[in-house]
Amino acid sequence: MTTDPHSETPAAPVLLVRAIEKSFPGVRALSGVSFDAARGEVHALLGENGAGKSTLIKIVSGVFPPDRGEVLVDGRQVDLARPDDARRAGIATIYQELLLFPELTVAENIFMGHVPRAALGRIDWRAMHEKTNALLASLEIHDLRADRVVGSLSVGNRQRVEILRALSQDARILIMDEPTAALTEYDVTRLFDIVRKLKARGVAVIYISHRLDEIFEIADRVTVLRDGAHVATKRVADTDAADLVQLMVGRRIESLFPKITVPIGQPVLEVKDLERRPLTKNVSLTVCAGEIVGLSGLVGSGRSELAQTIFGVTPADNGEIRIAGQKVDIRSPAQARSLGVAYVPEDRGTQGLVRPMTVRENFSLAALGKVAFGGFIDRGAERKLAGDGVKRFAVKTSSLEQIAGKLSGGNQQKIVLGKWLANGPKLLILDEPTRGIDVGAKAEIHRLMGELAAQGLAILMISSELPEVLGMSDRVLVMREGRIVAEFSREEVTQESIGAAMMGSRENAEKAA
Amino acid sequence: MTTVTLAGAEADPRRWLKAFASQEALLAIAVIGLAIAVGLYNPRFLAARNLSDVLLGNAYIAVAAVGMTMVIISGNIDISVGALIGVLATISGTLAVNGAPIVVAWLAALVAGILVMALQGIIIAYLRIPAIVVTLGMLSILKGGLISVTGGKWITDLPDSFHLADIELFGVLPFPVVLMILVTILAALWMRYSASGRAVYAVGGNAEAARLCGISQPRTIVMVFALHGMFAGAAALLYATQLRVIQSTVPPNLELTIITASVVGGVSILGGTGTVVGSTLAAVLIAEIASALVFIDVSPYWIRAVQGVLILVTVIADILRRRRMAGA
Repeated sequence: MTTDPHSETPAAPVLLVRAIEKSFPGVRALSGVSFDAARGEVHALLGENGAGKSTLIKIVSGVFPPDRGEVLVDGRQVDLARPDDARRAGIATIYQELLLFPELTVAENIFMGHVPRAALGRIDWRAMHEKTNALLASLEIHDLRADRVVGSLSVGNRQRVEILRALSQDARILIMDEPTAALTEYDVTRLFDIVRKLKARGVAVIYISHRLDEIFEIADRVTVLRDGAHVATKRVADTDAADLVQLMVGRRIESLFPKITVPIGQPVLEVKDLERRPLTKNVSLTVCAGEIVGLSGLVGSGRSELAQTIFGVTPADNGEIRIAGQKVDIRSPAQARSLGVAYVPEDRGTQGLVRPMTVRENFSLAALGKVAFGGFIDRGAERKLAGDGVKRFAVKTSSLEQIAGKLSGGNQQKIVLGKWLANGPKLLILDEPTRGIDVGAKAEIHRLMGELAAQGLAILMISSELPEVLGMSDRVLVMREGRIVAEFSREEVTQESIGAAMMGSRENAEKAA
Repeated sequence: MTTVTLAGAEADPRRWLKAFASQEALLAIAVIGLAIAVGLYNPRFLAARNLSDVLLGNAYIAVAAVGMTMVIISGNIDISVGALIGVLATISGTLAVNGAPIVVAWLAALVAGILVMALQGIIIAYLRIPAIVVTLGMLSILKGGLISVTGGKWITDLPDSFHLADIELFGVLPFPVVLMILVTILAALWMRYSASGRAVYAVGGNAEAARLCGISQPRTIVMVFALHGMFAGAAALLYATQLRVIQSTVPPNLELTIITASVVGGVSILGGTGTVVGSTLAAVLIAEIASALVFIDVSPYWIRAVQGVLILVTVIADILRRRRMAGA
């Protein structure tokens, strides 16, 4: 792992983060990360999902304290125990999901928490509007009125309100978390104008984005994180897209359970020109029996949405789906299930497991038709089904009557996976099958996936972990902005080629191809 | 994470301890314990006459609480049931007084109950409006409508055959108590062993997971509300026929008493867990406490305060249980 010195700092750093460590139960989120930002600088923060960017900015914003390490503002150590401490230190954060009060006006939102006061503690409305207008003028925003209700504004204008709010608090360090994720092209241009004005005023902007071209357009320096560690800090002028992708994905060799090579059978799932606005655009793909197809892409690229469209959660607007050669029109999960499609959702907690139910009840939930006769559940059959699942998936539970919510994450995931297989599906869609579970459970899930494929199941696996995609997939598809932008065979795929395709750096994709 | 063996779990002695510590067992112990304690203080409390009065007069609350429990398990709530019981009693009584066949008068309460509740279920499930808002609206409509239509007049001169509550099966078993027990057992079996009962728990426990498993959340909710309406109809018949007259009002806060029985019976206010056996035992316990207050010379007005304490204790215990689960 290369560690660049922080030598190329253009000026004295207004923010200095030193040797931050942070762990959550079971996960080391940050290990000794250092970072700095200077006055008038745009410093981009880059990394894969789960690299530790969010944890770092949350520590700097006072959302939670670090386990070890320190944060200095203007050379003085600050204790950021609460978001309010960060605000006082001149740090403002604009999150992806904007935190505004939709029923209040622009001025009220900007001054929420620090309204100008008149005598007797009354709100000084006139001062508030004057200050708002001054702020608007200072950034040359002419299409926003102080008395507009925020709920009626476009996303771009709401974001401007958040920026004004930060400025009204004299923020000298502005953190922007994927600010362009939901913006139109025009709004992106305006955002960059504003960011340049902030730079000129001496504000340090920490800019998080997945879009490499933006980083080259707006940032001065870029820091790359990977697996919670600092990989490199470089001047943007001294690097290029290929270099950054290489730094982001790195080269990790993990002892993963590799997919066993099995004969690939007939197509089980054939999707042609599938459309479901706004996030599934003209998608075509095929998954065959015995095959594991990895679906890669950044968060928000439309992978889960595609899976949910195939599974009938959000039925398609246009296009064709064939299951085992038969043209089907899937309108609901129940219908998808009866066609032999199983979907293990990404979010085990909210979508997969009924936590207050027992292990037995969770196992049979997707297969009630198999154990219920005349509308009544055959307890014996149900216990056998659940018992088989527990054995097959090596679920560690004290009994079938254990409340599922009390098990560990890995065991919960095995139940979620197992309950779908109780139905005997032909196609299994796995959405981040090993997110948030420990290495041992991960290896077991990978082993099971290999076995299932060997038994002739077709598997479509969505995963943000490149080593998992590389280790398990017979073929890899890459999605970006709702489209499949690249396809690689097992032989030709590399972390760099996937990385380049999902980041959408054109120059780089050509290089990789 | 203890062990992988499953066969051993059946014989685990701790299972007995666990069963003993269940909400239902605690309530059963409380019902019996309270009877003995109050009986020691004032033996008249244990007179057959008093005990049967307690059960007879409150069986309708237990019957309605069975439906309420299902509604709460599905992740909803219904505050219109008290008013609905009044309306259904009036509908049934009016039909009986005006010469409709008694069976028709009885069935009318059940059918009307199912219709009103199914309608609310449809609004809640398909228009996705919170149950508390929908049922609050219905509460006002029913309460206001009843008093306006009847002009506050009581229904008297009911035919003798109308009085379901007077029937004694085999000459000894009072019908309301038999119905209460029967409804509880049938509902308990249905919730425990039927696929649709399981769907109710799944929808209340995690609607999203249930949906992905192919369980229709709207259909389940409408079904639960329709059943709840049927039980409300049965409750209304017991309520209407225990006195010689039908008033155009119901006991104040009847819906709250019914919800209290469900909550004290161990349903989770967040949905997903609970049993109807618990709610029936809780309804009996609450009625018993109200009666006991009289026998130990405490003003019966305290009953609401006692109910409040019961609710808070049960809900806090439930939340603590859930926290522990989430933390595990």
